[in-house]
Amino acid sequence: MEIYLFFLFGGIAVVGALAMVFNKNAVHSALFLLLTLVMIAGLYVLLNAQFIAVAQIMVYAGAIVVLILFVVMLLGAELGESIPRWLTLRNSVMVLLALVFLTVSGTAVYDWLYSTQPITGTVTDEVIARQGSVQLVGESLFTQFLLPFELASILLLVGIIGVVVLGGWRLVQHRQRGE
Amino acid sequence: MTAIEIPALNFAALLPLFIVVGTGLLVVVLDLFIADKKSLGWLSLFGVILAAIVGNMQQGGAGFDPAFQNVSLLDGYANFFNIIFLSTAALSILVALGYLGRVGLHRGEYYALLLFATSGMMAMGMATDLMVVFIGLETMSIALYVMSALNRHSRPSGEAGIKYFLMGSFASAFLLYGMALTYGATGSTNFSDIGSVLTAGTVAPMAMLGLGLLLVGFAFKVAAVPFQWWTPDVYHGAPTAVTTFMSVGAKAAGFATLMRLLMVSFPAFAVDWQLAIAVLAVLTMTLGNVAALAQKDVKRMLAYSSIAHAGYILVGVAAATTEGIKSVLFYLLIYAFMNIGAFAVVGVLEQKEAIGTKLTEYAGLARKNPWLAMVMALFLFSLTGFPPLAGFWGKLYIFRAAVNADLTWLAVVAVINSGVAAFYYLSVIVQMYMKPAADDAPEILPSTPATRIALAVAGLAVVLIGILPASLVDMVAKGVFG
Repeated sequence: MEIYLFFLFGGIAVVGALAMVFNKNAVHSALFLLLTLVMIAGLYVLLNAQFIAVAQIMVYAGAIVVLILFVVMLLGAELGESIPRWLTLRNSVMVLLALVFLTVSGTAVYDWLYSTQPITGTVTDEVIARQGSVQLVGESLFTQFLLPFELASILLLVGIIGVVVLGGWRLVQHRQRGE
Repeated sequence: MTAIEIPALNFAALLPLFIVVGTGLLVVVLDLFIADKKSLGWLSLFGVILAAIVGNMQQGGAGFDPAFQNVSLLDGYANFFNIIFLSTAALSILVALGYLGRVGLHRGEYYALLLFATSGMMAMGMATDLMVVFIGLETMSIALYVMSALNRHSRPSGEAGIKYFLMGSFASAFLLYGMALTYGATGSTNFSDIGSVLTAGTVAPMAMLGLGLLLVGFAFKVAAVPFQWWTPDVYHGAPTAVTTFMSVGAKAAGFATLMRLLMVSFPAFAVDWQLAIAVLAVLTMTLGNVAALAQKDVKRMLAYSSIAHAGYILVGVAAATTEGIKSVLFYLLIYAFMNIGAFAVVGVLEQKEAIGTKLTEYAGLARKNPWLAMVMALFLFSLTGFPPLAGFWGKLYIFRAAVNADLTWLAVVAVINSGVAAFYYLSVIVQMYMKPAADDAPEILPSTPATRIALAVAGLAVVLIGILPASLVDMVAKGVFG
């Protein structure tokens, strides 16, 4: 059962990603992105990571896609420049290299999946069922990964300051002119 | 539901980092109340120096235990990199104090961003866990993207910002994919745990793939060929004070993490990554130097020269020995002083709208401003590697490390490259000393005391390390990890 669901979610995610890249209309692209993100949330559920799945839908599907749609509509950039669809030499080299990379990485991952590596780690299905994945995530954030977690707040602050510095320059000019 | 127990954290080890972050936060808040942005610059400088003093006092003290559940470690290696990052930050603040006011970009946020970028670099130097590496790298990078685009009225600056942002995000994606595959193959994000799993187990192709992607990501960040092509545009387009900072800081941070990661996590694949790094080194040195020969603009030429220097440093990394690490540490500190010095001079001569950076505009500088011409010549000679300046010793140690690691061919390529590099460094000196100034040459604006302090400190460091390399060699010897 799980394997069929995996291929269902994974397949739709790949189709959605391709449709996003090849679509001319930016709004349609954003909607296909939404489709891909929701399907990936489905994959997280299959991996017993319910909390991540919910966070994925809330943060990416909910907030980020909405933000992208806002920006697209505010800029009036629904119809972007058309992408050349024919295969030029450059494009075909890029596609070829991408396929090579896909083959190599696919082989490596396949090899690992079917090697007889024992699955290690303390977070088993049984532990998740007992504690719930929210608590597990929270616990590792506040113990093992406390430092990255706290540093991430600095990262976000830098992002906010960056927006103000780059976006608020007109405001600064007005203020300097004493308006 | 059981309560979460917060484990022992060892805050003391991260004290220098916290001082820098704290100063950054203070600058953000004070920026609202203080109209004189220069005082914010001096405050930032004070914070940076305080962090450096505290860091050095901690050496040999209690700070050596792994901190925060073994995700970061303030060992001699991290401390040495902290010295590099903090001196880079301090000199860049001094350069910015003079430069930003002159080009009309003086904003308090600049210093806050610079401090946060420095804290990201420090986190990378201390990181022993991929999670910390990534967060530190992003903190540094995002601050640098914004700083590159600071000059909103100039197209090159905007182009630099967007180009750096797009290429940098791309690089981060590679890095993250590499981290994910490494984690998948080994079940850990901790450097030494990854190392022990890989050493014990059969060689997993997935971990190898992860290593490859990590290398690509870091090659982007340190601007190694063939992942360099954003560099000239970004370094040229960004305000010179920003170029000064990122051409040294971002590179040093990339190398700090790369070396620790390769030596601690991937010794099992040493043969493979040594070859990869050696190839990168050859390409980077050669392309950087050849392209620099053709440049007519000094700022752009120095951008290519910094690519070439990344190549020399990669030679030291390729050696994969303790001696190699030492030579890289040695080189990076020297590179920080000479490169910042050279860019600072470019900043002094630069007027608004990119006037004053062309090679021909350096003609007759020795007559117009002998001091400035002298320090510029000093930095350029050091970048070339003339004895007895610091740059010579830096190159010597790197080449010797390569020869001792049986990479004599690589050392030979590097020596030939240093010879090629002499052409374009000397052409600037020829312009300054032997060509008369054009009649319509722009007037040189007087440099501010802050810039003069920066130039004097960098110049003295280049000369003193050149005459007395032994003291730095001793310092470097303490900067090696396990």
